[in-house]
Amino acid sequence: MKILVTAKRVIDPYSKPSLTSDGRIDDDDLDFKMNPFCEIAVEEALRIAEGADDDVEVVAVAIGSDEATKEVRTALAMGAHRGILVEMDEEELDSDLVAKMLQKIVADEAPDLVIMGKQAVDGDSNQVAQLLAEYLGWPQATFAYKVALEGDTLTVQREVDGGVETVTMSLPAVVTTDLRLNEPRYASLPGIMKAKRKPLATLDPEDDLEIDLDLKVELVDLAKPAERQAGVKVPDVDTLIDKLANEAKAI
Amino acid sequence: MSDIIVLAEQQNGKLANASRNAITAAKALAALTGGGFDIAVAGHGIGDVAGALGGYGAATVYTVDDAALAHYTAQAYAQAFSAAVEASGATFVVAAATSIGKDCTPRVAARLDAGMASDVIKIEKEGGTVLYSREIYSGNLIGRMKINTDIQVLTVRGTEFAMAEASGGASATQAVSASIEGVRMTYVGLDAVESDRPALTEASVVVSGGRGLKEPENFQKVLEPLADHFNAAIGATRAVVDAGWVPNDWQVGQTGKVVAPNLYIAMGISGAIQHLAGMKGSKTIVAINKDPEAPIFSVADYGLVADLFEAVPELTSKLKAR
Repeated sequence: MKILVTAKRVIDPYSKPSLTSDGRIDDDDLDFKMNPFCEIAVEEALRIAEGADDDVEVVAVAIGSDEATKEVRTALAMGAHRGILVEMDEEELDSDLVAKMLQKIVADEAPDLVIMGKQAVDGDSNQVAQLLAEYLGWPQATFAYKVALEGDTLTVQREVDGGVETVTMSLPAVVTTDLRLNEPRYASLPGIMKAKRKPLATLDPEDDLEIDLDLKVELVDLAKPAERQAGVKVPDVDTLIDKLANEAKAI
Repeated sequence: MSDIIVLAEQQNGKLANASRNAITAAKALAALTGGGFDIAVAGHGIGDVAGALGGYGAATVYTVDDAALAHYTAQAYAQAFSAAVEASGATFVVAAATSIGKDCTPRVAARLDAGMASDVIKIEKEGGTVLYSREIYSGNLIGRMKINTDIQVLTVRGTEFAMAEASGGASATQAVSASIEGVRMTYVGLDAVESDRPALTEASVVVSGGRGLKEPENFQKVLEPLADHFNAAIGATRAVVDAGWVPNDWQVGQTGKVVAPNLYIAMGISGAIQHLAGMKGSKTIVAINKDPEAPIFSVADYGLVADLFEAVPELTSKLKAR
């Protein structure tokens, strides 16, 4: 069995990107890391591999600049067996292009299961896995809370509005991870050492994947959202009630 | 035929309220493009909901009724909705950014070879191009996107578009048949979060708790009595959802639900950026936290630096006594 997982490099959401004077993201002083939902995807693939009777190969894929090699190596250090980086500037991608590239990789690798983060915490589009599943004609289980594999039947409990939904599907399939699926492991020092020797292929989107790089969706401009003004501190509960009743008229 | 179509969501024959937000977005888009709008609804035995949808001012309500659509699955519904879009000839497709909208709409876009903008908060037109604003980087920035394909697909954030009210009249209805095939997934069941409270995204008051509540039981002991007083929905931070204290359905934030109630009360919440992204559109924000430096105070209209285990019961009992 083979599982493909994604390991997207994102700006750490806690490092608050700001804009340069010409409206671009100021990437000085920004920290980067693997998308947290991708970490959960890698972890889930490893748990399936560790719990399986047969051999399971876990292949980690990233699409991004050569810097994204780090995130693939992180996935390898966590325990993935092999890595693929499609080298491409982040600005020249949209969700559809990423899905099309993954479709080519899936055609080549023929995994039984693709596990991805439900969204990347930079663009927050929440599209790629669904697009990929449709292009492949595969079933999908987004927002996974629990995943159980028996033979080639996958049972997934999904986080949906109003509760947890259960669906079953036959492999091959696409799954996206939600927060409560698992607690991703940290890469161990031996894991990090081992990862340096694991195979990592670098692909060119045009030469190797033969992808047309036209964008369906383009970013026109960026702006800071209107800042909400901080209000006042109130000394006690009575003042709070008074302000809510008489000033905000909220109660 | 109109140039815009709303993909309406129904469950057990009942229209999802979020679809009424999507209808408002479609009307805003129609005002920019100078066209009208249609509505599509998919399911099995959906005559009543199709009838109700006829009262919102759409030219035509397209129905896709098939036994294969008795329960929602992404694979089947994507086929049904894309068939309806093709039947209508629409070039703009609007859906609500609910869990079903997020799950299904990209597949519809893929079938239509269309570009898609997710969770749109504003629609504008500049020089003949429609621009879609979206929050990105956990709400730190707003990006305006344009879509280059013949058909443009979007999901919209409910808090930014009011819920449409039925205006009377009756749309034409047209049944669309979709030959649904190749579905390899089956709906098994829903373990619903039982609650008499209003939905988180629709409540006029939301009371939310974070790590400062110290243990899950305190959601019931400390937070719920205050929520009961307001008939409020209960929200939570990503941290306490992650810790398994409360259902995921309660999560407020960029990766959970985005809310904009009349009154938002945050207790024991420090105010991580991704939480703020989910609630900073609230009309009035109250924060109760013992740490005066907590970032939540930077967005709160009224901040009370206090031990929540004393302040919240006092607030609850004094509100009740009013």
